Amino acid sequence: MKQYLILFLISLTFFSCSSDNDELIKEVSAKIKFSQNWDSTTIEKSDLSNTKFTNKLGTKLTIEKLRYLVSKITLTNGSNEATVFDGYKLIDLSDSESLIHNSTLKISEGTYNLSMTFGFNNDDNYKVGGYQDLNSASWNVPDMLGGGYHYMQMEGKFLNKIIEQQGFAYHAIRAVDKTDPASLKFEDTFFTVDLGVISIKNNATIEIKMNVAEWFKNPNEWDLNELNSMLMPNFEAQKLMSANGKSGVFSLGPVTQ
Amino acid sequence: MNCSSKDAEDIYVPIPASLKIPILFQQKLIAPVIPTNNTLTEEGITLGKRLFFDKILSKDNTQSCATCHDPKKAFTDNDRFSDGVDGKLGTRNSMPLFNLAWNFDERFTWDGKELSLERQALEPVRNLIEMHSKWVNVAQKIKEHPEYPTLFKEAFGSVKIDSTLITKALAQFERTLISGNSKFDRHLLGTTQLSPEEQNGFDVFMDETRGDCFHCHGSNNNPLWTDNKFHNNGLDAILTDLGLGKVTGDPNDNGKFKTPSIRNLKFTAPYMHDGRFNTLDEVIDHYSTGLKSSPTIDPLMKKVKQGGVNISNKDKADLKAFLLSLSDNDFVNSFN
Repeated sequence: MKQYLILFLISLTFFSCSSDNDELIKEVSAKIKFSQNWDSTTIEKSDLSNTKFTNKLGTKLTIEKLRYLVSKITLTNGSNEATVFDGYKLIDLSDSESLIHNSTLKISEGTYNLSMTFGFNNDDNYKVGGYQDLNSASWNVPDMLGGGYHYMQMEGKFLNKIIEQQGFAYHAIRAVDKTDPASLKFEDTFFTVDLGVISIKNNATIEIKMNVAEWFKNPNEWDLNELNSMLMPNFEAQKLMSANGKSGVFSLGPVTQ
Repeated sequence: MNCSSKDAEDIYVPIPASLKIPILFQQKLIAPVIPTNNTLTEEGITLGKRLFFDKILSKDNTQSCATCHDPKKAFTDNDRFSDGVDGKLGTRNSMPLFNLAWNFDERFTWDGKELSLERQALEPVRNLIEMHSKWVNVAQKIKEHPEYPTLFKEAFGSVKIDSTLITKALAQFERTLISGNSKFDRHLLGTTQLSPEEQNGFDVFMDETRGDCFHCHGSNNNPLWTDNKFHNNGLDAILTDLGLGKVTGDPNDNGKFKTPSIRNLKFTAPYMHDGRFNTLDEVIDHYSTGLKSSPTIDPLMKKVKQGGVNISNKDKADLKAFLLSLSDNDFVNSFN
């Protein structure tokens, strides 16, 4: 009798019943793997400072640092019920551990729509007390630009018009117009990315891909000779970055399970 | 005394200790790094402190760690290069020591060669230019000391005195060196106000179109005032000291050195990894007009073509005032 009871309890642990038809539904876990590419060519840590890329305008560049933040990774089922992965994720290409987002969250097997936010929405960006791990990673935005946190830091060097190596710092934050420092004007530059539909049957690893080339491409062909540094206080540049980010930078990769 | 058995001579359980973490650090930062194989104890810290100031670690008993890491100077000295027991000079400026437990990557020294505080402590004793000793000799001297064997037994429950235990004790003490009570800290806590000059200096520091220092040196939200990363900050056009590059073997790391904290600059001159700048004015002038380009120069040294950020004399003076507001007098005066 005791053995039957244990079996029953184990089955409760692994299965739950849907309310509609009493079918057994498996609980599974999912983790997110972040990958980066340049128009389908994978970018690894070893490419930092080494591999020369060519952007849409034909400018040759290398990337030395690539860090970006995503939040509100969400799986939404057919009943429009959303499961939000805990927290947020600061991805650093130079730190392989940061490329995987593990979660203790359990979800039911099924079909979901996957979405996420690039950067923080305003509530999260200005959370009272902030985030100790992001402060420790020097991820803050100065108060004179409204505070909060960076969304992305991409740094490297490019060959400029006169064929000289020059640095660039493509830093994305919430766009701020500080024409009047006493009255900052903002425009939201975080955005939600709809990554599409996935079917989860077992414990799964979901890949989210960033095509870095797209930051320089569409709809705004990015001219590093014109926009290369001091972009944080550049209201228009921030809006251009956001527009490019919305247009094909992120996509869904393979789901292994 | 904290005994776990009837026989206090045989088993002594050291008393667990914790760091006195400043409020701002508690609010802003993640927890400090304390290795699980070298947790802090009262006895370990006391032993480490005694060893730190004891010349027994050097070949001829003439130098201690404190010789080059003087508490009154925020645990550095004021020499460009420090001389060792044989009078030979090193090639790097002695680094100040504080807030080391918040070095999350645990890469220590200017070139990141040492991958933990415990491992770092191994080096000066055996370095030919520094203490020029041998660990086996140091351990023997300590074993024969009238007091140290008891102190080791109390700290580690073992009488096997060797380099591992000695460096563990030193690292425990070094982790207690915490500096977080400067005027600027008190300003952030609301108990004092900055002068207009200091406030403008802070604004210069944080302004991407002026100083833009915060990307590497932290901010009011990162009270370490360093990213603990490695950068080429445009000191030389031709790189002779390769820094991190010599350690990693990666030419992309050539000329990169650890970002030092800007706390306690009042006490830590001269500046840079090779102590080339005697004054803060020289340091600020470097970033304003003295940058030199090289293949690995950091992209954040963005105005290198113009020599630097070209800030006004007023902004330079105010920036210096702000930097000096990060001086922690209590810290340098708390060791006798």
